[in-house]
Amino acid sequence: MTESSRQKSNRRVAGWLSLWVVGMFGFGYALVPLYDIFCEITGLNGKSATLSEVSAKPLEVDRSRTVTVEFAVNVSGIPWQVDRPETVRLKVHPGEAMTVTYAAHSLTDTLSAGQAVPSVSPARAARHFRKTECFCFTRQELAPRESKVMPVTFVVDPALPEEVKTITLSYAVYPAKDIEPANS
Amino acid sequence: MTTTVADHHHDEVPKGITRWLFTTNHKDIGTLYLWFSFIMFLVGGAMALVIRAELFQPGLQVVDPHFYNQMVTVHALIMIFGAIMPGFVGFANWMIPMMIGAPDMALPRMNNWSFWLLPFATSLLILSLFVPGGGPAAGWTIYPPLSVQGGMGVDLTIFTIHILGMSSILGAINIIATIMNMRAPGMTLMKMPLFIWTWVITAFLLIAAMPVLAGAVTMLLTDRHFGTAFFDPAGGGDPVMFQHIFWFFGHPEEYILILPAFGIISQVIPTFARKPLFGYTSMVFATAGIAFLSFIVWAHHMYTVGMPLSGELFFMYSTMLIAIPTGVKIFNWMATMWRGSMTFETPMLYAIATVALFTVGGLTGLMMAITPADFQYHDTYFIVAHFHYVIFCGSVLGMFAGVYYWLPKWTGHMYDETLGKWHFWLTIIAFNVTFFPQHFLGFAGMPRRIPDYSLQFAEFNVISSIGGFVLGFSQLILLVVVIKAIRGGKKASAEVWENPEGLEWTVPSPAPYHTFATAPEVK
Repeated sequence: MTESSRQKSNRRVAGWLSLWVVGMFGFGYALVPLYDIFCEITGLNGKSATLSEVSAKPLEVDRSRTVTVEFAVNVSGIPWQVDRPETVRLKVHPGEAMTVTYAAHSLTDTLSAGQAVPSVSPARAARHFRKTECFCFTRQELAPRESKVMPVTFVVDPALPEEVKTITLSYAVYPAKDIEPANS
Repeated sequence: MTTTVADHHHDEVPKGITRWLFTTNHKDIGTLYLWFSFIMFLVGGAMALVIRAELFQPGLQVVDPHFYNQMVTVHALIMIFGAIMPGFVGFANWMIPMMIGAPDMALPRMNNWSFWLLPFATSLLILSLFVPGGGPAAGWTIYPPLSVQGGMGVDLTIFTIHILGMSSILGAINIIATIMNMRAPGMTLMKMPLFIWTWVITAFLLIAAMPVLAGAVTMLLTDRHFGTAFFDPAGGGDPVMFQHIFWFFGHPEEYILILPAFGIISQVIPTFARKPLFGYTSMVFATAGIAFLSFIVWAHHMYTVGMPLSGELFFMYSTMLIAIPTGVKIFNWMATMWRGSMTFETPMLYAIATVALFTVGGLTGLMMAITPADFQYHDTYFIVAHFHYVIFCGSVLGMFAGVYYWLPKWTGHMYDETLGKWHFWLTIIAFNVTFFPQHFLGFAGMPRRIPDYSLQFAEFNVISSIGGFVLGFSQLILLVVVIKAIRGGKKASAEVWENPEGLEWTVPSPAPYHTFATAPEVK
C-alpha cells in the first residue's frame, strides 16, 4: 500500500467509525422511548393504561370477584395539602366503573401549579387498571388558599390476573414543570 | 529488520516542552499516557486512603460524611477514567505499532489531541471538589434523583465525562484504524499477537459504549438545567431508566477495563513459560464472545429495582454464560504454563497473580449473578470486595505485568529485580489483607458508601485499613523502579527475555524514536 492510499483508507475507517459513534449517541436517546414502549406493552414499572386505550365498549362486570383498591398520595416540593379519598380502601368488582375524589388545598398566598404522577402496584396489575378520568399529568393550578376537588374514575379490567387481590393507586404530586409530559 | 540504522538522520528527537505538547510520535504519546495514568493512580489512591482512614474506626472522626461521599465518588471516577483507561491506551500507543510492524499510529495528530484532552478533563473533576456544594457525591454511577439535586460539582463531573469520553473514543478510532490498515505485510488477522486482538475488540466496545454514557449524562444535564424530564419523576420521567442506560454502557465498560490486561498477560505468560500460547484461536473467540455478551447482561447490576421475574431470569442466565468464555481463557493460561520451563521474574509473578486473583473475583461475580443471592449482596461490601478483585487484580496487576515486561524495551535498561519483587509481594499481600475481609463484612451486611458502621464490623475494618495503607505506599516502589530504569542500570539486549515472540523484540532496546519506517516481512 502506498503512503497516500493508506492515508485515504485510514481516513475512511475513521469516518465510518465516527458515524457509528454518532449513531450510538442517538441510540442512547432512543433507549428512552424504547424503554417506555416496552413498559407500556408489558405494563411493567406501574405505568397504567392510558385514557386513549380505554375502548368505548363497556366491560362486563364480574360480580363473582372482588378486588380491593387502595388509594395513596404524597406531596413533594410544593406547599399543598392533598387529601386522599375518604374511603381509603374500596372493594370493587372487576368491570365496574367507580369514582373517587382527591382534594387539593393550597397552603400558600401565591398562585401555584402542580402535577400528579400516578403509579399502580403491583406492576402486573398496572395495565388492567384503567382510569377514564384522571387529573394526572395535567397541570393543576390553585389560586392562593384555594381548594379543589379532583375526581378519578377507574375500571378494573376483568382480565386482571386471578392472584391479584389488592391494587394500590398512588399519586406523587410535584411542582408543575412547564413542559410536555413524557407520557400521559 | 533493524531498518532504523539506515535512516538514522530521521532519528533526531525534538527537545524541550514543545516535544511533548506537539508530539505525534506514538512512543512519546504512549509515555505521556502512562505517566498521566500513574499520577492519577496515585491521586485516586490518596482518596482511597482518606476513605480507609475514616473507616479505621466506627464513628465519624476524619472527614465529614458529605466529603466522604465525594471521596468515594471521585476515587472511582479517577481510577476508572483517569488511571486504568489511559494506562491501557498508553500501552496501546507504545506497543501496537511495534507489535504489528507499523511506523506509527494511523492518525498521529488526532492521537496527540486525544491525550491532551485528558489533563483538562481530570482537572475539571478535581476542581469540582472546591466549588460551592463540593464535588459529585452520588457515587460514580451518578444515579438520579441524587445527581439531579447536587450542586455545580455535578455539572463539572458531567463535562469531565464528556471530555474523557471524547478522548477515549478518539483513541479507539485511532487504534482500530491502525490495526486494520497498518499491519506489516504477511501479518494476517490470525497471526496478530493476542494483545492486539484484545485491544481491537476493546476499541469496538469503547465506540459502542462511550457514546451511550455521553447521551445519558447529557440527559442528566438537560434534566438539571433545561427543564427536560428524562429521569425526573415530577415531569413523568423515570430514575430507573437512567440505571438501564447507564449500565448499558457500564457493563461493556468493565470489559474495556479488563480485556487489554488479558492481552498483556497472554503475551507475558508464553515468554516465561517458554511455550507458545495454548489455544490461540479459542482465546480470540473467547474475547469476542465476552465482548458480545457484555451488551446483554446490564441489568444484573440492578436486580433489586423491581424487575419482573422473566427479566431477572434472563439477566441471571446470560450473566452466568460469561463464565464460559472467561473460563476458556483461564484454562488456556494454565495450559500454557503446564510443563513449561517457567521462571519467575516480576512480570511473570504479576501475570500469575492476575490469573489467580482475577479468578477469585470472577467466582464472587458468579455468586452475585444469582438473582436471589444478589438481593443479599446488593450494595454491601461484598460488592466492593468483588470489583476490587476484578479491577485491581485483573486490570491493574495486568498493567504492572506489562510495565515490568516492556520497561527494558522502553528505557533500554533492566529494572531492579529485587525492588520489583518487593513491589510484587507487598502489593499482593497488602491487597488481600485489604479486600479479603470485605467479603465477610459484606456477608454480615455492612453497606457500602457510608462513612460509619456498627461496632461488630470494627475488627475487619481495622485489618482492611492497615492493608490499604500498606498497599497505597507500596506503589511508590514502582515509581522508584521506573525512575531507576530510566536513569541507568544493566543494558537490555534487543530480545530482553529468552526468545520472546513478537516484532517488538526485533528492534533494539531502547526502541529508537522511529521504528519500522520500512515494514518488516512477517512469515
